[in-house]
Amino acid sequence: MLDNEVPQEGNSTLAGHRKAMYARGADGKLHIVQSAGWEVEEIVTRQAVEDLNRLAEDARQRVIAGQTSALEYHMHKARMDVPLLSQVTGLWQWRIRRHFRPDIFQGLSAGLLQRYGDAMGLTVEQLKKAE
Amino acid sequence: MEFQHSHASHCESGVMSSMLRHLGLPISEAMAFGLSSALSFAYLPIIKINGLPLVAYRMPPKFIIKGLQKPLGLKMRFETFRSPEVGEQRLNELLAAGRLVGMQTSVFWLPYMPEDLRFHFNAHNVLAYGRDAASGDYLLSDPVVETTVTCAPADLRRARFAKGVLAPKGLLYYPEGKPSEPDWAKVLPKAIKKTTRILLDSPIPIIGVRGIRRLANAIQRLDAAGNPAAAKMFIGQVVRMQEEIGTGGGGFRFIYAAFLQEAAERLARPALNDLSETLVDIGDEWREFALSTARMIRDREPLNPSKLADKLRAIADREQVFFRDLRRAA
Repeated sequence: MLDNEVPQEGNSTLAGHRKAMYARGADGKLHIVQSAGWEVEEIVTRQAVEDLNRLAEDARQRVIAGQTSALEYHMHKARMDVPLLSQVTGLWQWRIRRHFRPDIFQGLSAGLLQRYGDAMGLTVEQLKKAE
Repeated sequence: MEFQHSHASHCESGVMSSMLRHLGLPISEAMAFGLSSALSFAYLPIIKINGLPLVAYRMPPKFIIKGLQKPLGLKMRFETFRSPEVGEQRLNELLAAGRLVGMQTSVFWLPYMPEDLRFHFNAHNVLAYGRDAASGDYLLSDPVVETTVTCAPADLRRARFAKGVLAPKGLLYYPEGKPSEPDWAKVLPKAIKKTTRILLDSPIPIIGVRGIRRLANAIQRLDAAGNPAAAKMFIGQVVRMQEEIGTGGGGFRFIYAAFLQEAAERLARPALNDLSETLVDIGDEWREFALSTARMIRDREPLNPSKLADKLRAIADREQVFFRDLRRAA
């Protein structure tokens, strides 16, 4: 990659940050050039973000329909999945899945809710609502 | 001495380069990367990140920090903590003593990172070089960010004590003693040979050039007709790992090429310069692979996993020849 080939197309996922990339200068030496972003990176990053957003939105719809608890929505919102949430909270995965049932989530103790809240950086009040 | 921040393409090599410069041994990021033999390839279908396999283009975290100890006669101290309180206290102590402290963190909890890049990736390295007296915020040098940044104690604590794959457990690291100028004629060939061993002679078929072929086969098997969304997520993941924050593009091939140029100069061996050029070409091929993948994800060209697999196999063949040549040159 030559200096003038370093992508400068801009990448909205970098939010104005620039990345350091190695490219070849006129003297043939490789050195660091700041890149404003490459479209390819933007596409693959957006792909991952959109997939996570889709999961969260899907869960939100099901919360409204009463098919799942707000916990599932917040888990996706925090870009986690059940195995990760299990590791962070120290709860069994099957227990977390059980807490996705709205009736069971309703009856959770303050301590458990706090544990979920801490794991995802939310207050208990925020955790209870899917918004 | 006043701390000097520099913008790097990879977090771990950037942290070590800044740390060594602060200790009076100016070493470029590329040199830190190459000297610790950090270049690699690994396709790890067993380790899942959000349900997708881990693909790595470099050695596992801490490899650079540890790998620099021997050639530079440096002793690094590593400390992990069970309790966040103790971990935070220890960081404050070290900073109060005027030390530069490296830390392993989770990108997700670092507030200065762009929102879209904040995934649960736990092996991001940053340097702490002080605390703001008024607010108590930590002064950080994150090598992949252009300037220095600050981070509130509560956020940093979360980032340091995140859980999951590669959990940092509050890891802190700092040097003991001073590094010394190495005997380049000795350490460089050794480091280069080690890299060729990693890429060519791995006993497990998922590491090195064989790993690239194994990944090609996995891509070949993707069901493009039956489940295009899943196939796209898979190939997108491969490229994300190649280009995601801190890789410098081309799956670390460019930074290693920069290292080879430096090595050519230090050893007065022009053959390494020619090899560096070949590696830049290979890095460009990785970028072409990324480009086709992105186009397929966005349906600008038809989704065709076998085409991507063939491209990967071509890269694998080139890398095999390249690392054999490199071995001979070292």
